[in-house]
Amino acid sequence: MMGPLLVSLYVFVLAAFLGFELINKVPPTLHTPLMSGANAMSGITVIGALTLVTVASPSVGVVLGVLALILATINVVGGFLVTDRMLATFGGRK
Amino acid sequence: MTITELTALLALGSIALFVIGLKRLSRVRTARSGNALMAGGMLLAVLITLLEIGLVDYRWIIAGLLIGGGIGVAIVLRAQATQMPEIVARFNGFGGAASALVALSLFWLAVVEVPGELTTVDALGGTAAVTLVLSVLIGTATLSGSILAELKLRGTLSKDPRVPLRTAVMAVLVLVGLGAGFFAMFAIADTGVAALVVIGVVVASLLVGIVLVLPIGGADMPVVISLLNSLSGLAAAATGFALSNQLLIIAGTIVGAAGLILTQIMCVAMNRSLVNVIAGSFGEAGDVEHGEYGHVVSADAESAAMVLEAAGSVIIVPGYGLAAARAQNAAYDLARALIDRGTQVRFAIHPVAGRMPGHMNVVLAEAEVPYELLFEMSEINPEFSQTDVAIVVGANDVVNPAANDTPGSPIAGMPILEVENARRVFVIKRSLSPGYAGIKNALFEREHTVMLFGDAKEMLTELAGEVTQAR
Repeated sequence: MMGPLLVSLYVFVLAAFLGFELINKVPPTLHTPLMSGANAMSGITVIGALTLVTVASPSVGVVLGVLALILATINVVGGFLVTDRMLATFGGRK
Repeated sequence: MTITELTALLALGSIALFVIGLKRLSRVRTARSGNALMAGGMLLAVLITLLEIGLVDYRWIIAGLLIGGGIGVAIVLRAQATQMPEIVARFNGFGGAASALVALSLFWLAVVEVPGELTTVDALGGTAAVTLVLSVLIGTATLSGSILAELKLRGTLSKDPRVPLRTAVMAVLVLVGLGAGFFAMFAIADTGVAALVVIGVVVASLLVGIVLVLPIGGADMPVVISLLNSLSGLAAAATGFALSNQLLIIAGTIVGAAGLILTQIMCVAMNRSLVNVIAGSFGEAGDVEHGEYGHVVSADAESAAMVLEAAGSVIIVPGYGLAAARAQNAAYDLARALIDRGTQVRFAIHPVAGRMPGHMNVVLAEAEVPYELLFEMSEINPEFSQTDVAIVVGANDVVNPAANDTPGSPIAGMPILEVENARRVFVIKRSLSPGYAGIKNALFEREHTVMLFGDAKEMLTELAGEVTQAR
């Protein structure tokens, strides 16, 4: 049985390989939307923030967590929306 | 099945959505659905997390999600098409900051606010202690770097000052940040002191981002933002290690790796190397060719329109000036007026015209210019020699022949649109001021080039009006 750190390390390395292989030959048209979409995805840290703000008392730690939650949510919601807005104009061709 | 097993299974679904979505996002036809899939993956990830934490006090969670979601929507709704690149930079900074704040929050909650003398290693274990510092460092540097990138894209900050001994300064800042951070995690049992040291790490990291981006020119910002995006993914992954959250590690790492590849692809499109971009060498040699213009011919819309009326084929070359003047509709109006006369009209898209790769596609699509009229550089370059008139609208460096014929030029070797091969060249521009590269454009002095000085939108509207009337 692998320890949790080792599992995490396996996951990390395999995910890195996956990420490297996932993207190839992107047409220049899509460079900006792809960057924007990937940027929205990096807001995944929102789930980390969620696990930290589960108590009512507004201590420094919780306040930092709430700030993280707000910023990450802006990143996620705004990021996917702005990407969609860019791509919608592409799709508008008749 | 326990809740843990259920959420672990659902997390696989979330990861699948991310992977398939990202893949689809890199193909034109499937891009929009790819983005939607990724958003779905994110929603699922949030739901999984809510399920995992069970019944808790939801006040902060609801407040945070609502405030963040509201601000995100507001920013996007208020943005204009020309501002998209800046918006991406800003969101990227927020993402990095969020990862750093999650790490800081964990540190405060699990160490500083726990009574008694204990180090972070005692409280959270070695992995969390190390990755916590990494997350703070990478995330904070991403924040300050992204803010600077946004300011440079906007033009608020147009100088690219050299930082003396930049590499050494950065290395020292990173090493001091890491050293101090690890020392605070492993050796300082007085949590108040440890907290102060961690704040010092934040300051050092802010400086790292600034020193990294400061000397890099605005034209290279897309590459920088892409690189910072990759970094914010890694910051999220580091946070995942600190919280031992596999989903966070996987998604963060995929973004980190894919972002790095995208950065590389963008560098290739601009014919630059990543090292070259980071070194901030662009435009440094600018003074060399900063000559005065000699023989420049200019004309007004009326006489230019007469030439256009006689032309059988026209290629319009849009650049940042078109986006800045919001002249995309006017450009399409002119194109339609010419097409109505039976003139062949095409748009030539340079991959890095504007402030981001694909920027021109976004702007022209907004005016609903049909896709069939847009041509990429490799397709259109052989066509210029058989074209009567090329109209350059607010583009400069991407049509500068110096890239081909002046080996010492800072843009030497950059692929350009070979506009000068057209029989006539009109350049719509406000003045003779240089573009991003900060160099003179010999195209403007060519005998067959005519400058049409003025605002891109006004000039194009005037031209369209003249051409329509002449019918």
